[in-house]
Amino acid sequence: MSNSSLKRGLQITLIVLAVLASMGAGDDARFNALGHKLMCACGCSQILLECNHVGCSLSERMRSELITALDRGDSDDLTLQGFVQKYGPTVLAAPTATGFDRIAWIMPYAALLGGIVLVSFIVRAWKNRPLLKPADLPVEIHGAELDHFRQQAQKDTQL
Amino acid sequence: MSQIGSFALLLALALSGYCFVAGFLALAREGPGSARLAETARRAGIATFAVVLLASVVLVVAAFQNDFSIAYIFHHSNRDLPAPYKFATLWSGQEGSLLFWSLLLGAYGLVLRLRYKTDARLFAYASVVIAAVQVFFLLLLNFAAHPFALMQGSLPADGNGLNPLLQYPEMVIHPPMLYLGYVGFTVPFAFALGALAMRYPGEKWIHITRRWTMVTWGFLTCGIFLGAHWAYSVLGWGGYWGWDPVENASLMPWLTGTAFLHSVMMQEKRGMLKTWNMWLIFSTFGLSIFGTFLTRSGVISSVHAFAQSSIGDWFEVFLALTLATCVYFYVRNHSHLRSEHKLESLISRESSFLFNNLLLLIACFTVLWGTLFPILSEWIQGHKETVGPPFFNRVNVPVALLLLLLTALGPLLAWRKTSIESLRRNFLWPAIGALLAGVILVAVGVQPWKDMSYLYSLMTIMLSVLVALTVISEFVRGGRVIARHTGQNLFASMAQLAHRNTRRYGGYIVHFGVIVVMIGFAGSAFNKDAEKELGFGDKMNIGPYTLVCQSYTQDDNPNYGSEWAVMNVFKGGKQIATLNPERRFYKASQQTSTIVANRSTPLEDLYLVYEGQNQDTGRPIIKAHLNPLVMWIWVGVWIMLAGTVLAMVPNSAPVRVTASARVQTAPAGAD
Repeated sequence: MSNSSLKRGLQITLIVLAVLASMGAGDDARFNALGHKLMCACGCSQILLECNHVGCSLSERMRSELITALDRGDSDDLTLQGFVQKYGPTVLAAPTATGFDRIAWIMPYAALLGGIVLVSFIVRAWKNRPLLKPADLPVEIHGAELDHFRQQAQKDTQL
Repeated sequence: MSQIGSFALLLALALSGYCFVAGFLALAREGPGSARLAETARRAGIATFAVVLLASVVLVVAAFQNDFSIAYIFHHSNRDLPAPYKFATLWSGQEGSLLFWSLLLGAYGLVLRLRYKTDARLFAYASVVIAAVQVFFLLLLNFAAHPFALMQGSLPADGNGLNPLLQYPEMVIHPPMLYLGYVGFTVPFAFALGALAMRYPGEKWIHITRRWTMVTWGFLTCGIFLGAHWAYSVLGWGGYWGWDPVENASLMPWLTGTAFLHSVMMQEKRGMLKTWNMWLIFSTFGLSIFGTFLTRSGVISSVHAFAQSSIGDWFEVFLALTLATCVYFYVRNHSHLRSEHKLESLISRESSFLFNNLLLLIACFTVLWGTLFPILSEWIQGHKETVGPPFFNRVNVPVALLLLLLTALGPLLAWRKTSIESLRRNFLWPAIGALLAGVILVAVGVQPWKDMSYLYSLMTIMLSVLVALTVISEFVRGGRVIARHTGQNLFASMAQLAHRNTRRYGGYIVHFGVIVVMIGFAGSAFNKDAEKELGFGDKMNIGPYTLVCQSYTQDDNPNYGSEWAVMNVFKGGKQIATLNPERRFYKASQQTSTIVANRSTPLEDLYLVYEGQNQDTGRPIIKAHLNPLVMWIWVGVWIMLAGTVLAMVPNSAPVRVTASARVQTAPAGAD
């Protein structure tokens, strides 16, 4: 075997190994990601991959089902749908982004946006609010009155 | 024993009822006898505490005497329960924890009623409000959740025992801390409602309640994080916060309480946000009660199922009455709450507080929305949706990042108006420092483009550095001024600076604690875990560690039986620790509990869980978690609490330098 074909063979082997390794890593990452999008269906209210109570009748089986789905090459959506079909909608750890569930996601951001608009409006309104009393011409102040203003200035700048 | 307890509860109800009615009448009618009537009401309020204390002591004594004729003791204790947990029986179940709530409310009321001379009329109003809340809890205790109810039929030989999850040292202090926080918000609420009802002039009520609010906030902070630490150490899932409805219930009043602590400064300094503050403290109290309602009613499934019952209706009625009372007094007296000043600039401390409040309330709303969405979904769609950690993390993390940014900006802004130039000058170096921190993190291998959680972590750490640098620069700048005038070294000057304005610098230390906590949270993006069945001498790897199973065995004592493994931990070929993850089986309650083995360092926690035994081989299954930066969370909480304590210390008097002294100390040739 010539040097060049040996080199090419080595390169192909390395590429294949790298692809296989990255595929494996991808499956691990997908298993981890999907497993954290699912709840254990035994009623313990825990994320599937975090369910650890003794004698749990379902979490081990559900994890195996997740691995099987990934090995089968199912997409993320298809895998999650499979779990919903089998265990009901509560198996998903968060509302979906479809139908009524969309409101769950929209509301916090809508509230944030609405709040920012409202506070900006309030700030503007307060800024434009007329002074309670018309400004007088500057007058000299002394004694107790001056002390009062000193105290006020100290209070204003203390915090 | 139970008769003494039952009688004490009835007497407490009568006394608190008298305190409420007599106190109310004394305030409603001005007359010669009203002062005496008010005094009898005050004394009845004080006596309520003594009688509720008696009832609580009776319950604890019954636990120590194994008096299983009392149903509560039978359900929550057993003969072999260790003494500290027998004491904790008081708050480990529904009825007992309501009694404990009533006791703490009585204690807060006692302090308030003893200090009434500060402002007799305002304190009398607050006392009436507290008495009303006390009446509600004593009604519950006497008629819906009686802690001294007797067992039916023959007397059992032993009790069911305490829930194993609660048999952990922190559980002896976590609920009291949390309750001190929940109950404590009744005091600022009572003062606020009293001040509104009597159209209290000025902001003195805010000054009076400031320390109450901070103490309460400190307790709630402590309670929440003790709960997180308990979950981390006992539940064995490798995390500290699961967005469980009951965790959320404690977080909501904490968020509004935090907003209140910030916004009251605007009222104190500038006479603004009066209506806002009033409703903020009303909401905080309402959310404390709502949290208790969530814990007790069972409307939402939670890991805290040990306290569920059907007393939810009582809480609904109480919440409705509270809201109606608040609305009534607000409608009647809202003209009293007009702002005294206008906002002068968008770039000012005032507007930073406004946006701070907005973000804290949005966070609170998000938590409330997510907690209640399953119920809403069931009403509308006919089936419950799960709203778990992925939802809360995704919507709350951006809000938390914005809050961190404001935490950095806020201290740099002056009251009334800040010039852009001044902001730029003060912000430039902290911003460069934060960017540098980001570059270093990317250089050491954080890849924010790979995953959203990495990006959030990077941003959290950068913003935390920004906050830290602004806080440090505030201390250094102020310290330098003092050092220049007094000739002290910089650190002594900074200590003096903090002592001169404890509230401001205590607040900065709290902020510093918050960022340390946030850095701890940021570490969670890099968590790793591995699970393996291990025989003698078997190995498993996680991160830089190799775990070798040296042995596994079983143990037994009167309270529980246990299985545990002896795991040697190696790093770089060198043994650095031996850990013993354990699983216990409690005999009385027939329940299992995990005792996690955790090796905690500032960089990471190596967290081992004894998952169970393979029934065929008898070998243990060990789950290992590698959780970076978790220790920072607990350290951060201590810093937050230290800052809170500092903020409550009275300011030292400013050092006055007389003109003659200045002349004497002026350098030669300074003329």
